[in-house]
Amino acid sequence: MLSVYGTELSSRLMLGTAQYPSPAILADAFAKSNAGIATVSLRRESGQDRAGQDFWSLIQSLGVQILPNTAGCHTVKEAVTTAHMAREVFGTKWIKLEVIGEEDTLQPDVFGLVEAARILSEDGFQVFPYTTEDLVVADRLLNAGCEVLMPWGAPIGSGLGLNNTFGLRAMRAHFPDVPLVIDAGLGLPSQAAQAMEMGFDAVLLNTAVAKAGSPADMAHAFALALEAGRAAYLADPMEPRDMAAPSSPVIGKAFLS
Amino acid sequence: MTILINGKATPFDGATLADALNANGYADTVVATAVNGTFVPADARSDFAIKAGDQIEVLAPMQGG
Repeated sequence: MLSVYGTELSSRLMLGTAQYPSPAILADAFAKSNAGIATVSLRRESGQDRAGQDFWSLIQSLGVQILPNTAGCHTVKEAVTTAHMAREVFGTKWIKLEVIGEEDTLQPDVFGLVEAARILSEDGFQVFPYTTEDLVVADRLLNAGCEVLMPWGAPIGSGLGLNNTFGLRAMRAHFPDVPLVIDAGLGLPSQAAQAMEMGFDAVLLNTAVAKAGSPADMAHAFALALEAGRAAYLADPMEPRDMAAPSSPVIGKAFLS
Repeated sequence: MTILINGKATPFDGATLADALNANGYADTVVATAVNGTFVPADARSDFAIKAGDQIEVLAPMQGG
């Protein structure tokens, strides 16, 4: 079982809660996904509508662990302050740390990310950093106190899958004992299966499920893909080769020409 | 005096952050607060003095990825 910061996770799927057509569809998708963690955010609350209060009740009813994010933060100060606010509201030391550096790709500002991770780790947070596959940045994040890393597959919401399999394979090989979660960019279950086959420990996704025609069915499809990919990884896949190799025996073949 | 709550100019005749929340529909809500960009914990709201022009952010759980 996957363990992060001393907590055993019941599932290798972390699922976002944004962009669903309705609260009921969100709840149905979670039920079909078997996700063990729900990501949430903090946004301005109206004293009249109190929309956040109903949403919070819904999330609590899902029976999953809560991973609040710092989505939309562009500076260390914004991210650190948001993390403190999230810790109070959600009652958890976990924080999915996002420090965005570029608007078109929503690429992490890895310099700010490392600094914010250090500040928050020293303050008792358990940081889940949304990062790139850069090995040097990964090392700095671990030195800053992170015990899990969440490299992007592709830009958030793009559905492009694993853009840099070379870099991700290198990251997996370089940090064999660190929980690695593919966060962002997945669009199809096959891409999640690929991540699991490569040895990644879990995936975090949102848009691929929420924006599917049938979110609950897509959530189920991702659950199956994760299971298949993980099983394949544990089964120790064969090494690919450039040239053909006959699978039927050559010895004993009839001479018929 | 006038303060800003979530970016909206709001008249206010109280004294503390707790007063500002109670006067604007946030009593008994699950929210986190910041004043002028600094986090103010829930247990400090009753003692946190508000002055004219202060920018109060009131955040609640919301959908996120």
